[in-house]
Formats: sequence, structure tokens, C-alpha cells
Amino acid sequence: MSYLVEDIFKTEMKATREGFGEGIVEVARRDEKVVVLCADLEESMRVVEFAKTFPGRFIEVGVAEQNMAGVAAGLALEGLTPFITSFAVFSPGRNWDQIRVSIAYTHTNVTIVGGHTGIAVGEDGATHQGLEDIALMRVLPHMTVVVPCDAEQTKKAVHALTQMKGPAYLRVARPRTAVFTSRAASFEIGKAQLLRAGKDVSVVGCGPILYQAMLAAEELKGEIDVEVINMHTIKPLDEEVLIRSAGKTGRVLTIEDHQTTGGLGGAVAEVLGEKLPIKMLRLGMKDVFGESGRADELLKKYGLDKEGIIKSIRKLV
Amino acid sequence: MRGDLPKIAREVRKNVVRMLALAESGHTAGPLGSADLFAYLYFGGELNVRPNDPYWEGRDRLVLSCGHYAPVLYTSLAMAGFFPLEELSTLRKLGSRLQGHVVRHVVYEKRKLAHDQLPGVENTGGPLGQGVSVAVGMAIAAKMKKQKHRIICVGSDGELEEGQTWEAYMTAVKYKLGNLIFIIDRNEIQISGNITDVMPIEPVERKLAAFGMRTKEIDGHDFDEIAGIFPWARMFPDQPKAVIMKTTPGKGVKGFGGFEWHGRAPTKEQALDALIELDKT
Repeated sequence: MSYLVEDIFKTEMKATREGFGEGIVEVARRDEKVVVLCADLEESMRVVEFAKTFPGRFIEVGVAEQNMAGVAAGLALEGLTPFITSFAVFSPGRNWDQIRVSIAYTHTNVTIVGGHTGIAVGEDGATHQGLEDIALMRVLPHMTVVVPCDAEQTKKAVHALTQMKGPAYLRVARPRTAVFTSRAASFEIGKAQLLRAGKDVSVVGCGPILYQAMLAAEELKGEIDVEVINMHTIKPLDEEVLIRSAGKTGRVLTIEDHQTTGGLGGAVAEVLGEKLPIKMLRLGMKDVFGESGRADELLKKYGLDKEGIIKSIRKLV
Repeated sequence: MRGDLPKIAREVRKNVVRMLALAESGHTAGPLGSADLFAYLYFGGELNVRPNDPYWEGRDRLVLSCGHYAPVLYTSLAMAGFFPLEELSTLRKLGSRLQGHVVRHVVYEKRKLAHDQLPGVENTGGPLGQGVSVAVGMAIAAKMKKQKHRIICVGSDGELEEGQTWEAYMTAVKYKLGNLIFIIDRNEIQISGNITDVMPIEPVERKLAAFGMRTKEIDGHDFDEIAGIFPWARMFPDQPKAVIMKTTPGKGVKGFGGFEWHGRAPTKEQALDALIELDKT
């Protein structure tokens, strides 16, 4: 089945954080155990609607992400289903130890929602561009890591994470990006999605940047037959789909708006290195911090736009 | 029961000394210093807990934020009947439920730890400050669910150096957590020295009061003063309480009082001497 909207060139534009904001209200209507914690970023994390609709289940802790993680663990130990929200550079950036001990090790049912991820944050600059969050969360035992590709998929991820028990990280982003998966598309944590079949190269990506890969694949039609895989769950990684695709094409390009070290690229390299060593290239931030600029300018500069992805695919093939 | 408390506290201390000597590592000064508090909580009729149903919904929650005080909690739990006393000798050993620092692990389906859950432990602790926030979360949850139990968070004075502790206090005050009592063991030592040398934290009571908490200072070796915390706490239903509990580190054994005993266990010989000394008290 196709996961995509009818015409991927004519899509609605919406930020994945908006998908989170809508999704969290939906799940809260059905499940009264859902609570949201906020560290002074109600508007940026799109939880204004939740706070208005469920004031008794909205906890504002102020600019104190370490405490937020611990309070959430306490709430979860009492049977509630907390979502903690902040920018990824602060949570899980600043409260990693609290997440490690009170959430991951204790195995509490807390979802960490990291916003303003990637250089796509833009003008705020490197201090606010979360580029290490996937790595920080992926290394923790018990942790599930989900990076949805658009607002529609984010909403589904919120539903799935509410159903799932145990600690999880959900990565969302700030800019409005193409909603290219369809409402009817299924979503299951840990099950990668084949967005486009091809035989020359496998592009394995996560997050809104995947849309650029779809555009790149379309443009290369006739020249290079590109397979695109949405690896929306970084942990547990869908090794089966990855190995099947890599075995077929013999070449893997990973793409992410994140450091390639420790991120999706690292995760894929670990699996292929042990199980199917083949030619691969990791596209993302290469051991550098970001900088200020418009999101589109930054993605272009660091080779993470359609043109950059085409260049990387050609280099690999 | 109250009359038996000194005897029970002595037994708690003796068990702490035995456990640490057998483990050949661990923390001595804090667990010995706080033994009177734990004796009162578990044997003075104060904590509403059920050893045969350790995670019963209506229980009082005892959060041990200074997770390195694990031996004194473990001993109290075993003596109260949460698990067999014989298990105390497995502290810090491979496969034991008595981990070096307190561990709480929620089991959903497959994810399990290398060891089983020790019944009666409410939180994972050790990295200071974390239990303070967890206790705040538990207290908010109890208020949301309109439950009547109390959350008692035992922490240490060294923990006040962690910024997270103060973040948690602010939240406790904001959410008017009258069901929450912080008991801070003021023994004036930390692992590398005397607190006043490592990082002066006074005036502690004024700081806690300035953060909006209802404060009280007590002698942590006086059972009447320890018992007095709870009726006093009930008088302020909309305010979290902070009790500064002054204690002597290593209380009961003269040689175990210096800061060097914060993170050190007695040898077998030292333990034998300590047990004799404790028997004389």
C-alpha cells in the first residue's frame, strides 16, 4: 500500500510540532491519564490548546528541565502518562541524567518530546538547533526513539506512544514542511515504511527531510532508480526492512537533520557493519555545529536539500 | 511501641554495620546518622504501609532521594517484613535485589533489569536531586487523584548543592503540595569534606522558607521531635514542608563520624568493634 498523499507535489504545509499539538489533544480526550509538562515553551511546543482544554492536566514547571523530567517520572510511577515538552537542546539536552535514571532506568511511562530540532530551526542559531538528541536518547537502554516525517505522521506517533508503555523520545521540528503521508497511511512503532521502491540505491531517512529525498528520487527518475525508506523509529530499528532493501540495491544513503555520528546514520551503519557490510554514505551534520540563517539556506549549505541529496546519491552510485 | 524505638534503632544500626562490612563497600555515616528517623517511620506507627502489599495504592510514599542511604532503608524494610532479613547480607552482591543505590523499576512486558525489584522501594536514587523531583511528581499525582496519602522525601544536606533540588522546591510550593514533607538530613558532611568547606549552604532554613516552604528544625536523635514532624505538618495543608533534621554522622559509633566515612564501609574488624560499641548504647 502507499503511505503517500495522492500528489506529493501538492501538499499541505504544516510543522511536525503542530501534529504533536493536535495529537496530544486527541489522545487526552480519550485517555484521562495523559498529562503534559511544560518548561515555559507552551506556544513553541504547541501545547496551548492542550493547556486550555485540560488545565488540570497541564503542569508548568518553569525553565527547569531537570526537574520536569523528575516530576514526570513521579507522575508516571503513580500511573499517569506524562509527555514532557521543551526544545531538544534542553530536553533531552540538559536533563539527560534525569532521563537516564528517573525515566529510562526506572522504566517509567514518560514520553520526552523534543522540539526545535535540526538546523531547520534556522535563525536562532546553533545554541537552539538540536542536533544531538537522537544520539543522546538512542544510547539509553529501554528508550524508544521516534522521528516522524510530517505532521500527519506525528499525530499518529502520539497515538501510538500513548498506547505503548515505557520511556520514549519523540522528535519534532519547527518549520512548516510538506505533509506527504496520507491520513489513511498506517503507522506502527518499529516498522519502517517503504515510501518508494527502487533498485539502484536505498535512501534511508527520518524526519521532514525525507520529503526532500522524495523530490530527489523523482528528479532522478530515468537516471537512477531510488528506493526511499522512512525509518521513523530509530530505536528499535527495523533491521529487517533495512537489510532487505540494502541487499537489493547494494548501496545505502542515510539522511537526517542531525549529527551523523550517533544518529540514524550511526544506527544504520552499526547494523549493516555487522550484518551486511555494503557501500554506504551518511548525510547529515558532520561533527559541526549549526549557525543562524533561514532554514532553506542552511539545509542547502549543509547539503540537506533536494540538490544536496541528489549530489550524494550520484556520489554513491 | 515508642519505648522500644531506641532498641529498634540500635538494631537498625547494627544491621547497617553488618551489611556494609559484608559488602566491603558503601556509605556508613549517613545511614547510621538517620537510623532513628527510619526506626520511627517504620516502627513508630507513622508510615501507613503494608509489607505484604508493598505497592498498595493508599500507602504513604517514602522517597529516598539520597540513594546512598540504601542500607538504612533496606534494613528497615526487612525488619518491617517486606522481605527476609537474611537477604540483607546480599547487599551490593551480583544478582542481589539490594543494589548499591535504591532502584525502582516498573515492569511492563518484556523489559526487565538484571535483578528483581526490592519490595518497598519507591524510587531510583543516587544522583542527587532526582528523588526530590520524583516526590513532587508523586505529590501532584496524589492531589490530581484526590488521594489522602503522604509523600515523605528523605534527602541530604549535600543534595542542596544540586540546582535541581531548588527547582523541585519551587514547583512544590507553586502546586501547594501540602501532602509532601521533605526531611533533610543535616549532618554537615559530604563525600569530599565538610559541607561548610566544600560549598557553604547556610542559612539553610531561611533559604527554604524564602522558597515558600513551611520549615522546622529538629534533633534527628530525639524520637519526640521526630514524631512531632507529622502533627505539625498536618496544620499546613496547602504548603510543602521542609524539616531540617540535625544529626551526628555515624551516630552510635564514635569513630565513624568524619566526612571520610561518608562513602566508606567498615572492615570486618572495625565492624566487630562497632557492634560491641552499639550494644553498650
